[in-house]
Amino acid sequence: MSAVQEIAVLSPRARRRRRIRRRLLRRPLAVAGLVIVVMFVLMAIFAPAIAPYPPGKSDFSAALAGPSPEHWFGTDDLGRDTLSRVIWGARASMQAGVLATVLAMAVAVPFGLMAGYYRGWVDPVISRVTDVLLAFPFLILAVGLAAVLGPSLTNATLALGIAAVPGLVRVTRGEALALREEDYVKAAVANGASDAVILRRHILPNMTGTLIVQATVTIPTAIIGEALLSFLGLGVQPPTPSWGVMLSSAQPFIDEAPRLVIFPGLAIFLATLSFNLLGDGLRDVLDPKTQA
Amino acid sequence: MALLEVSDLSVRFQTDDGPVQAVDRVSFSLEPGQVLAIVGESGCGKSVTAMSMLRLLPASAKVSGTARFDGRNLLGARDNELRAIRGREISFVFQEPMTSLNPALTVQRQIGEVLRRHLDMSAAQARERTVELLDLVGIPAPRRRLDEYPHQLSGGMRQRVMIAMALACDPKVLIADEPTTALDVTIQAGILDLVRDIRERLGTAIVLITHNLGVVADIADRVIVMYAGRKVEEAEVHELFAHPQHPYTVGLLAAIPRIDDEGNGRRRLQEIPGIVPSLPEPPRQCTFAPRCPRADERSRSEEPALREVRPDHHVACFHPGEEPWPAGWRP
Repeated sequence: MSAVQEIAVLSPRARRRRRIRRRLLRRPLAVAGLVIVVMFVLMAIFAPAIAPYPPGKSDFSAALAGPSPEHWFGTDDLGRDTLSRVIWGARASMQAGVLATVLAMAVAVPFGLMAGYYRGWVDPVISRVTDVLLAFPFLILAVGLAAVLGPSLTNATLALGIAAVPGLVRVTRGEALALREEDYVKAAVANGASDAVILRRHILPNMTGTLIVQATVTIPTAIIGEALLSFLGLGVQPPTPSWGVMLSSAQPFIDEAPRLVIFPGLAIFLATLSFNLLGDGLRDVLDPKTQA
Repeated sequence: MALLEVSDLSVRFQTDDGPVQAVDRVSFSLEPGQVLAIVGESGCGKSVTAMSMLRLLPASAKVSGTARFDGRNLLGARDNELRAIRGREISFVFQEPMTSLNPALTVQRQIGEVLRRHLDMSAAQARERTVELLDLVGIPAPRRRLDEYPHQLSGGMRQRVMIAMALACDPKVLIADEPTTALDVTIQAGILDLVRDIRERLGTAIVLITHNLGVVADIADRVIVMYAGRKVEEAEVHELFAHPQHPYTVGLLAAIPRIDDEGNGRRRLQEIPGIVPSLPEPPRQCTFAPRCPRADERSRSEEPALREVRPDHHVACFHPGEEPWPAGWRP
């Protein structure tokens, strides 16, 4: 079947998806981002199968050993395989990154929609609270919340999610504010649509592109946040592997075995970079204003 | 009994530059199956009049008067009563077909939403009804269009979809606000044919808001001429075109190019000098006086009331008459 015939039998929705996919795939950086993101996600899911050793297995005869065929990235002070721990560490990072973002979206989108759509007294209330929270840098806010909630991965995720809410509220509000003035929203009102219908069917679907892009930039921020909280002892607790925990426990050996810092650091760097590259690519593809 | 009875409708906007009187004590009535045209320049309050009846204006608008539809006063109705009327019994077609359809929804979901809301149809029923509606508004191969998005349709097509959506629940009144202004001339003719056809086939009463007198002559039964928020003239369409009385109406008609012009077609079109004023307060004078060749002291100090100068022909002017504008007149 030729390409032309193939397109003709597709539904418009599938055609649209196809066009977006093709445009995304034309951007080498976005593709690289996507590939690395997928790699990290697979690594997190299949860690037990991929990692050559269990993350907590110590081999005291090979403590602080350099890279070798048995231990590609070497071992740490307790003789644990660094490669295995980096692979297992992806779990904490992906979990914190994705769950914190989902949580933040679930809270921020309804508030942002209400503030932007209803205006009135709702908007100033939500916006001022948001402004106050935005006065604190994201990581400071997350550290404070995590300290209050107590150290654990769940609490760290919660803290990161809450800390990401104000920024997302502001983005959602701005979009809702712009979209409520669209002619099709006025037409929907004239057709008897209720506020709930307008928000759900007319405003929300038209900001999904923006929200997807926001998600892809919130995830890497949360990944860095998880690493930071774990580094400070507010997140994942040793001996459970996490990139932040690994950095923290490698501190005393930084001269002796710098690779103990380099590998988890590289993992954090690559994970955040890949999500950001993907996000940039998606923004170009999904936002009609930047379409070439 | 009239289907829609508007009396003393006034709309004031509170703006940053002070109040603006957009509509000033406008009254009219619409009979079942009638096509009523409201004509006037941009800014004369014709769209605001229509929007205010269904309370579609922003909160900064202060609306007074009454708009009775089927015995209920729309201006005093509760929000949920109003929502049950909007799109069900009175529906709107807007000027901008390019932006009045939600880009994220397919044609079917767009129209289906209205059907399911007002008529409680199932998805399958709504789908069938949507096909019927698309067919009714003259969209070829309607089934194929169901799953298309607005960006895949041309402007004329989109306007047809908008009209299909407005007709979805078989409304008693269709308010069309400049439905053809944004379209090419050839497409305009098609849409007007459609509007005429709808009136004939469905008996829907239509309020047609336009600045195009050609459109009015084509399909209206009755015409209201508005100027600066006031109704200045009202008559049956043939009467109005044959015997315009208000100098503003006379001026509007003189500004239409005619193919049968005597001479060699080099006649300069007569324009009405000046622009529609935007008024903070309803002035105690004829609002058209500053642009009017017939204006005198009385026009400038007293507000002319509407009066019947010919059978069923009302005009708000102290000096009604058909005499044309003095050539090249300037205020």
